[in-house]
Amino acid sequence: MEVKFVRVGSTLIVRMAGELDHHAAEILRTKIDAKLKREGVRDLLFDFQKVQFMDSSGLGMVLGRYKLVSAQGGKVLACGLNPRVKRIFEMAGLQKRIIICRSEEEALREHRGEKDG
Amino acid sequence: MDNYMKLELPSKSQNEAFARIVVAAFAAQADPTLDEISDVKTAVSEAVTNAVIHGYENKSGTIVVSATLQGRKLEVTVIDYGVGIEDLEQARMPLYTSKPELERSGMGFTIMENFMDECDVISEPGKGTTVRMVKIFGKKEPAEA
Ligand SMILES: Nc1ncnc2c1ncn2[C@@H]1O[C@H](COP(=O)(O)OP(=O)(O)O)[C@@H](O)[C@H]1O
Ligand SMILES: [Mg+2]
Repeated sequence: MEVKFVRVGSTLIVRMAGELDHHAAEILRTKIDAKLKREGVRDLLFDFQKVQFMDSSGLGMVLGRYKLVSAQGGKVLACGLNPRVKRIFEMAGLQKRIIICRSEEEALREHRGEKDG
Repeated sequence: MDNYMKLELPSKSQNEAFARIVVAAFAAQADPTLDEISDVKTAVSEAVTNAVIHGYENKSGTIVVSATLQGRKLEVTVIDYGVGIEDLEQARMPLYTSKPELERSGMGFTIMENFMDECDVISEPGKGTTVRMVKIFGKKEPAEA
């Protein structure tokens, strides 16, 4: 799995590409946590657009980041979920905690709206 | 068309992708849809990951993945000789995990049950765990038909 980080304001965008399984999730969470510490961002946006495969280990990784970020008063968003990834998210009820958006643009817009309001 | 395969591999997390891809490639000869193949890949990934994390608790051990095809019926078996499961009913409950500290979601068995047509678990504490899953291809009519 490949990952790129982009910072937009107080949001860290995590652009993933490839297959998000247990092996990838372990590597990814270390990278994200290091980045969160270093950048001091508040919110986290997972971009799944290039993720073709995810299993329950991906859910665990996202939920783990949700716990960290929400404990600091931040939000976690996810965008670009293909129908399978979305189905797995919903099976675990993640949509109750993670804000699901179509695209990065929509996520950033929605999120800014919430902050202003 | 009847066929079978058997794969033996050490319990390394790198092998999770390998195992699911091998089973998917084997199943491809029964002409499954892309969705059906994804169902199989996801379920195999869950079973092999459980063998690595829970069965062997991230220590070394052997995992055996085998599959048979009878017509369009795929049967996959994932075996580990690890710690086994004390309470199977509890283990299979959605969101139950014995390892929350490892950021497990507890959704593995739920995914196997939902994505496959059958999912049976045989386990003995101290001896190991066998997960047997069945997928019958072509059960749903393709959308364009
Ligand atoms: N191969 C196995 N060996 C031992 N215990 C297992 C095995 N597979 C599953 N389990 C037990 O069943 C529980 C539920 O498994 P699962 O639904 O995949 O959730 P998770 O892997 O997220 O914990 C695990 O937490 C573990 O206690
Ligand atoms: Mg599991």
